Amino acid sequence: MEEKTLTEYSSFRLENIKRRSRYTLVFSMLIAALLGMLVININSGNVHIPVSDIVKIIFTRTGSIKDVNIIWKIRLPRIIMAALLGGGLSLSGFLLQTFFENPIAGPFVLGISSGAKMVVAFVMIISVQHIEYINSYTMISAAFVGSMISIFFILLVARKIKNMAALLVAGIMIGYICSAVTDFIVTFASDSDIANLHGWAQGSFSGMSWSNVQIGSSVILITFFITMALSKPIGAYQLGESYAQSIGVNIKIFRIALIVISSVFSATVTAFAGPISFVGIAVPFLVKGALKTSKPLIVIPATFLGGAAFCMFCDLIARLAFAPLELNISTVTSILGAPIVIYMMINRRRGING
Amino acid sequence: MAKKYFELDNLSVGYGKSILIRDICFGIEKGEIVTLIGPNGAGKSTILKSITRHLETMGGHVFFDDSNLHDISYKELSKKMAVVLTDRLKPELMTCHDIVATGRYPYTGKLGILSHEDEDKVDSALSAVHALELGGRDFNAISDGQKQRILLARAICQEPSVIVLDEPTSFLDIRYKLELLSILRKMAKENAITIIMTLHEIDLAQKISDKIVCVSGNHITNYGTPEEIFKKEVIKELYNIDNGFYDPVFGSIELAAPDGDKPEVFVISSGGTGIKVFRNLQKNNIPFAAGILYKNDIDYELAQLLSCKVITEKPFSKISDETMNIAVDTVKECDKVIYAGVEVGDSNEKIKDLLSLARSENKLEDLTK
Repeated sequence: MEEKTLTEYSSFRLENIKRRSRYTLVFSMLIAALLGMLVININSGNVHIPVSDIVKIIFTRTGSIKDVNIIWKIRLPRIIMAALLGGGLSLSGFLLQTFFENPIAGPFVLGISSGAKMVVAFVMIISVQHIEYINSYTMISAAFVGSMISIFFILLVARKIKNMAALLVAGIMIGYICSAVTDFIVTFASDSDIANLHGWAQGSFSGMSWSNVQIGSSVILITFFITMALSKPIGAYQLGESYAQSIGVNIKIFRIALIVISSVFSATVTAFAGPISFVGIAVPFLVKGALKTSKPLIVIPATFLGGAAFCMFCDLIARLAFAPLELNISTVTSILGAPIVIYMMINRRRGING
Repeated sequence: MAKKYFELDNLSVGYGKSILIRDICFGIEKGEIVTLIGPNGAGKSTILKSITRHLETMGGHVFFDDSNLHDISYKELSKKMAVVLTDRLKPELMTCHDIVATGRYPYTGKLGILSHEDEDKVDSALSAVHALELGGRDFNAISDGQKQRILLARAICQEPSVIVLDEPTSFLDIRYKLELLSILRKMAKENAITIIMTLHEIDLAQKISDKIVCVSGNHITNYGTPEEIFKKEVIKELYNIDNGFYDPVFGSIELAAPDGDKPEVFVISSGGTGIKVFRNLQKNNIPFAAGILYKNDIDYELAQLLSCKVITEKPFSKISDETMNIAVDTVKECDKVIYAGVEVGDSNEKIKDLLSLARSENKLEDLTK
């Protein structure tokens, strides 16, 4: 074999420099999309408020009381929550995909959201009967417990089944079982108990308050930074468990961390907005495709930004498409997300066969 | 007992609760190449996984560079030991550069950001396995042979003092096999990297290894230098071969000899001219005799394995009357005599008589014409 000098081929250093310009471009686009969505979202709704008034309301809080309330009490918290929860949901998907080494894994298809929904419904009905009010932390905790129940069963199945398609089918079945249990609980609850539940269980970003934003943002942002801190072992884990261990990752602890973090993300989303489908699969896929890398240090923040922009966009459609009627958020995310997932599956199959 | 660099002391290994192989004892010096050979399912990989800490050991100890392997943290171990596994990687959107760069993991900071020095080390590891041109390519898009080289570069990049490889040559064609093994050889000798691996190709194992470990049943059946291990009977017993031979002289595997004790064909050859005739007869399952061969003749080794009768003479001596008589009887006994070419000199001029006899009996097939 003839020896070739380094200069004839692109060195790793050169390759990385080229990549950085792509990263910069993608991040700029994501931030532009996010800001664009923010402006459009504030600007649109059933009540029309002129742009000049909106600017004034946001920066000085002056204007008609009705308009100030619409902007500050309805639109802003909703927009911020859509962004935060969208980012969290996408990262939850990304982490599950890493864990199961399967790009089609996500909190919704694996039945994790349904598990969260089941326990939240149960807790809601119980607490409405006894204390009439549940705070956000209780909701998040209930959703977390539900998520962990689903994950426990999926892991049981995953120990026996190595086939990815079969694992997904198992996840979908677990989702159905949880939904059945939820329906069962709802059937035996009185109508007044479940009035709240119905709106929530459909999935929506409506009715968010600033206290929701406060709690939601602190949970999501803290978990986000923990995820960023784990980007190094996540990168190692992409080579598989054995290699990750051989380069110094403590696999047992790391696997637990992955599962807990992705559950916190999806539980928080489910607690505030109900189960939302396909975001967790579609967003990481699109973001990785745009970045042309799977390096976690880059992909994690990009996925968060992308998920935030994507959910704000979906929420916009949910609010405006048939205004004044509002669509469920999952209706929109499914219509946009499911075709992407189908596309991924077709492409993946093609990749395997040839 | 003075401890060696890498020492397995009464080690027992297995899966779950069942012990597969027990009482493994051998020591490895720094810079040695040690190869584990043995039949499929004998537990070679299990031993490797136990010394890389992918499996819990089930008794005994492993000492590595004066510390007990069990007391070394994964992090510390990752700076000393690298692995090339049989797991098939299907990474997403990773170039070969990225794969090799994971070898720098133990040396990067909290977020795993590569320094310029790390980036250069990735390139030099690629150059060590002659794969610089693959650097920017998608790992999933390259061939198995190329993947194996990239994974070796990844291990080199980790700057270990021991590299453990599980069947590094499977899926590779012969050219890549040789290339991979010569890279290992070079690293062991020039950089004093200790290499522990499993190989299926015992002929290659014999040529590359400093020490051989034979794994079979539930224990180590043999341990020693290739010269000590690669004997016909040891190999035959290790792999339980009953349908062929291992030829220790050439390190090659031979299929079983043709059935039958009575030769149908007599092959007269010397100096390698007989080899292809022997193999042809073997393929057609025709029992044959070979002669008259001096015991230092290259044809002698193969004739011994494949023919049912070898007529021999002591090296550098004249063919004795006794030997000649046996040869004459054999010509008479056989239906055909194949003459593959013999350099006839003073000491073996009786070959000529043998040929005339065959010709007169109308049995001679002369391949030299």
